[in-house]
Amino acid sequence: MMFAAATAALVVAMLLALVRALLGPTVYDRVLAVNSFGTKTVLMIAVLGFLAGRPDFMDIALLYALINFIGTLAVLKFFRYGDMARPGGRPTAGEGD
Amino acid sequence: MHAISLGLTLFATWLLLSGVYEPFFIFLGVLSCVIVVAIALRMEVVDRESHPVHLSMILPIYWLWLGKEIVLANIDVTKRILSPRLNINPTVFRVQASQGDELGKVIYANSITLTPGTVTIDIDDDDLVIHALSETSKGDLETGEMDRRVTALGGAG
Amino acid sequence: MDMLLDIISGVLLAAGSFFIIVGAIGLVRLPDMFARMHGAGVTDTLGAGLFIAGLMIQGGFTLITVKLFMILVFFFFASPTSSYALANAALSQGEKPWTRESDNTNDNKEDSSSKT
Repeated sequence: MMFAAATAALVVAMLLALVRALLGPTVYDRVLAVNSFGTKTVLMIAVLGFLAGRPDFMDIALLYALINFIGTLAVLKFFRYGDMARPGGRPTAGEGD
Repeated sequence: MHAISLGLTLFATWLLLSGVYEPFFIFLGVLSCVIVVAIALRMEVVDRESHPVHLSMILPIYWLWLGKEIVLANIDVTKRILSPRLNINPTVFRVQASQGDELGKVIYANSITLTPGTVTIDIDDDDLVIHALSETSKGDLETGEMDRRVTALGGAG
Repeated sequence: MDMLLDIISGVLLAAGSFFIIVGAIGLVRLPDMFARMHGAGVTDTLGAGLFIAGLMIQGGFTLITVKLFMILVFFFFASPTSSYALANAALSQGEKPWTRESDNTNDNKEDSSSKT
């Protein structure tokens, strides 16, 4: 019962994030909404694991959190530089102490 | 010293994530940890910046303080989001980061972003460019307490 | 004792859900991308934190709790990093943060003049 209510709350929040992803005037609004959606998905997988009585879902949730983070960074890099192979950031290699 | 601690951390993570404690699987775990540490050493990424052992004693105290700040800032931002007239006044301003090293600056910038109401949007040498949601968030940051605490972290190591 | 733990975890889950929904409302209501990041921050820190704390109490002293804790720690490291990457990418592409001054509706003008 408790888990079902939490799942319902997450679905509401996910719908709101989806609204922003569809409306969002710039591409960064959409990336932000999708990143937030991914965070909620991780929580959703975790709570569904409890709801279904299958604790192995935690591994999937952990993995999804990792992929969500890498995916956000990859999409941002793609929109910033137009390709994935270019090194980003300032050239600081070799300047450390 | 960093390589040993990295290996132990990796092995502890393996044990906690696998949940299977048969000799063969533990052997596989040790093997993969050794391989990962060897690759990390070859890539020259095992140093005090990527694996800050010197902070591990004092960092939990800082996290407790940061947790308290995060809760207070969250309540403030929640009130602003839910207020009918959307009581916000976004500003962009700069603060000075008094940490000498990059690790300290990263901890400071990430702590600022982790506190809702303030987001680090750019780093310009020793200046951090901050986007704040309201005057309250800006004022909290400009007291400089967080800066002082992060600098103290670096000084202890 | 079980009853008590259930109540505590229920309260934590409810509070976590509340902050997650507040963050999502902020994501929809706030005026521009930089302000919306603060809304997403509420979801990522206190919302996720309370929610996972509630689940951890249900998990008890098992590996499930450890995994949930790892998810939480990962959130606290990854969320500011991706926020910074997002803000910096938007800034370098010429996005301008929204302020009261750049907005030209009437009721906001009197608000900003009363502040200065």
